[in-house]
Amino acid sequence: MTRNSALSAAATTEWVLEAEGVHKRFGATEVLKGVSLRVAKGEVVVILGPSGGGKSTLLRTINHLERPDAGVIRLCGEPIGCKDVDGRRVALPESAIAVQRRAIGMVFQQFNLFSHMTALQNITAAPIRVLKTGKAAAVAEARRLLALVGLPEKADAYPEQLSGGQQQRVAIARALAMHPKLILFDEPTSALDPEMVAEVLEVMLDLSQNGMTMIVVTHEVGFARRAADRAIFLEGGAIVEEAAPERFFADPSSERTRRFLSKVLHA
Amino acid sequence: MWDWAAFFHYLHSEYLLLGAGVTLGLSLASLAIGLGCGLAAALMRLSSNPFINKPASLYVWLMRGTPVLVQLIIIYTGLPQLGIKLNVLESALLGLGVNEGAYLAEIIRAGILSVPKGQVEAARAVGMTQAMTMRLVVLPQALRIIVPPLGNTFNGLLKTSSLASVISMEELLRRTEELVQIQFKVLEIFIVAALYYLLMTTVWGLIQERIEARLSRHVAPAGGRLRQKIDAEILSRDSQ
Repeated sequence: MTRNSALSAAATTEWVLEAEGVHKRFGATEVLKGVSLRVAKGEVVVILGPSGGGKSTLLRTINHLERPDAGVIRLCGEPIGCKDVDGRRVALPESAIAVQRRAIGMVFQQFNLFSHMTALQNITAAPIRVLKTGKAAAVAEARRLLALVGLPEKADAYPEQLSGGQQQRVAIARALAMHPKLILFDEPTSALDPEMVAEVLEVMLDLSQNGMTMIVVTHEVGFARRAADRAIFLEGGAIVEEAAPERFFADPSSERTRRFLSKVLHA
Repeated sequence: MWDWAAFFHYLHSEYLLLGAGVTLGLSLASLAIGLGCGLAAALMRLSSNPFINKPASLYVWLMRGTPVLVQLIIIYTGLPQLGIKLNVLESALLGLGVNEGAYLAEIIRAGILSVPKGQVEAARAVGMTQAMTMRLVVLPQALRIIVPPLGNTFNGLLKTSSLASVISMEELLRRTEELVQIQFKVLEIFIVAALYYLLMTTVWGLIQERIEARLSRHVAPAGGRLRQKIDAEILSRDSQ
């Protein structure tokens, strides 16, 4: 791509995330085989695929919980985990990556709320310690976020006193408290009892409608249809299919996607 | 013949009480030194770099593999031969503290390892540095696992500190022996000393119980407690 066309592309679309040729290997297994993905501001991208296909690893390389072996990831144009010095790419130390990670929220399958902190403390910990937000402001913001996820009365509850769905909603509030440019959802409803899935999806749907940029690994087809701008099928460490959800679910072009969907849709 | 009058007399002997105070102070200071050494060694042993983790393993191996009494004598009586002269208090603190550190290193390491990996990932994901993650997320949770066996080693330390009497540290046992040599009421004086030790370990036991209750306030009553007891049991067996 020439400099000019890159500039004109940037003028028309504001890319929050640009991943190019991302490779990741664990021992002898190559989990990601050159994945490229761009996500525009306000876009919701849903990633589907069989387990072991590289979905979680892709999310984890995006915020550099795992460092990619090759390829580059940019957040709003800035490379994550490395910088270019005199045309050479130099890896950044973990402390510098920690700074970059503030702008990328992550919601985990197992919630991973800090179990020794109340819901409120879970949400305020990083703003106070990492962003150096004043305590009063952080608490006020946390209460606003707890209300947003529908749990205003649970501020002082410890994670163990909350249901799975409630914990996941607090985890979403915790991610939002950092005012991220992008939130990654790693199978956010897979560990939940069926009756709690809806309450979490509803919060996510709200976020998407309010313009949050999101990448969601999920098997919730209903959510993908309603919220996603794009659906991606990831298998064997590569993107097999990428389409708008209507086409993705109704008429996928790849046979592998078709076979996978028939299992998910009829499960 | 048992002499009640002598017993009650020694029960509030200032000389012995001061000795007990020294025992308590020595134990607390050794615990503080031990916590510093233990935390450092535990973090070092968790490193994947052999230049960092091997020295810590060597330290733990040496300290746990030799009697603390031998260590104290080497420090106080042996080191001057190399020109390193430490006074009684310095020797006692060094010997007891550094030895305690080796046991605490294992306890702290096990505590850190007991914190689920997802907690660390969540901390990293909100932008915490490694040091912050350790301080704000891992160690507070590890504490719940660490405190029960740590309390047990402090109980042990209150008693082990009596070994410092051998290098003429003026603590409870030393003063007991000195008193006995002058006044010959062996049984009465030693029973008083034993009662002092018992008092200190018992009060500590009560304090420990309160700390443990406070640390597990976020844990569900039944399952959590049981789990914690099992963890503590495994840990204290490990550290013996």
